[in-house]
Amino acid sequence: MVKNVVEVRDLVVVRGEREVLPGISLDVSAGVTGLLGPSGCGKTTLMRCLVGAQRVRSGTAAVLGERAGSPPLRTRIGYVTQAASVYDDLTVAENLAFFARVLGVDRAQVDEAVAAVGLDDHRSQVVSRLSGGERSRASLAVALLGTPDLLVLDEPTVGLDPVLRRDLWDLFHRIADRGAAVLVSSHVMDEAERCHRLLLMREGRIIADGSPDEVRRSTGAPDIEQAFLHLVEGRGDAA
Amino acid sequence: MNGSLMTPRVTLAVAGRVLTQIRRDHRTLAMLLVVPCVLITLLWWMFEDIPGDLFDRFGPGLLAMFPFVVMFLVTSVTTLRERSSGTLERLLTMPLGKLDFLLGYAIAFGLLAAAQSILAVAVSVGLLGLDVQGPVWLLGVVAVADAVLGTALGLLVSAFATTEFQAVQFMPAFVLPQILLCGLFVPREAMPDVLEAVSDVLPMSYAVDAMQELVGAADTAEVWRNVLVVAGFALGALALGAATLRRRTP
Repeated sequence: MVKNVVEVRDLVVVRGEREVLPGISLDVSAGVTGLLGPSGCGKTTLMRCLVGAQRVRSGTAAVLGERAGSPPLRTRIGYVTQAASVYDDLTVAENLAFFARVLGVDRAQVDEAVAAVGLDDHRSQVVSRLSGGERSRASLAVALLGTPDLLVLDEPTVGLDPVLRRDLWDLFHRIADRGAAVLVSSHVMDEAERCHRLLLMREGRIIADGSPDEVRRSTGAPDIEQAFLHLVEGRGDAA
Repeated sequence: MNGSLMTPRVTLAVAGRVLTQIRRDHRTLAMLLVVPCVLITLLWWMFEDIPGDLFDRFGPGLLAMFPFVVMFLVTSVTTLRERSSGTLERLLTMPLGKLDFLLGYAIAFGLLAAAQSILAVAVSVGLLGLDVQGPVWLLGVVAVADAVLGTALGLLVSAFATTEFQAVQFMPAFVLPQILLCGLFVPREAMPDVLEAVSDVLPMSYAVDAMQELVGAADTAEVWRNVLVVAGFALGALALGAATLRRRTP
């Protein structure tokens, strides 16, 4: 009963002169999926396609059976950009209350989202006074509003200390246990071990797809970082 | 394809959020409310030793200009910030109609302009002896229309700026010519034909006409006609602004 939450087929995205995605195809199902690859490989562009923020040249992207970006999806996807997309001059609670009203979500969910990212003690603090990690968690909390079926998180753990990173990964797994699909991008390979499934990406293409074990086994590498280097440098001999 | 263009709940959420942001910024709020009063007083003082009713002639124009200029600046910078911080992109992936965003800003800054004008008019009429022939409350209506126009144009130009520096430069580019040609310095009929024709298609001319009419001749119908023209410009700018808000960007 593996049902695909995301189905992308032959998606082409051109930005300026460059083909950022030269025809990518992939599926994402429930669970925590890691989208890994070096900076500039097209992770963010792919994620923007899924939330309907990216202009695409050709190909299809479907989320939960609907065309990506179509109106019914707008309450069902939580999206976190790399920059903390919250208002600096509002408090954490005010930010969440605002986005909750836009989403038409019950006020009670604001408290749940704040608690989920561990910002209870900072809820009345203005975002500009928070540390970088706290700001990105405030931004993450917004994406949790409305219990979305798909969470698209663009490098949510960048710049966080190990304890926070562990807590956030635990949170991603709790969300996935509830039945949602969580797509997390990262260029930090050691986070790969925490995913149910990995998509390794390079120059706009998926170069490996499978559980961390499968990816390691197919390359004979001891860890994901080695596996990735193997794939990048010795292209084509992997699954 | 865009879903619904607006939902009252979301429009009001945007307006409420913008007002909360401004309320938090005490310095901006104080400047928005106090600076117009100081400037109008300065104008009055400047003309003090000159015989005639120069204050009655220039005062209304200034009252029309404040809401327009201030809201133009504030809006172009704040929306540019929304575009660059990613909050706009996030909002556009949510069930937010383009009009929710635009009208939300227009409502918030319209209310602010109303407060600003009430103070500036109270100072002008109460303390400085500006002689208003028409109904004073109509001054508020004109001011709000001016503010909405400034907001609408600010939203529009913010789409063409990529930095806050550029956004601020739109002020001399878009606003100063309108101030020069609005009929305050030289009556519009007395300008060279080309400039008169240009001033006929600039919204600020109608904003200033409305104020001057209201203070001087008090032909209420003429005031409303000018207000309608200003509102028409504002709607046009909002429609163009909506066209610059793209859910999908390259």
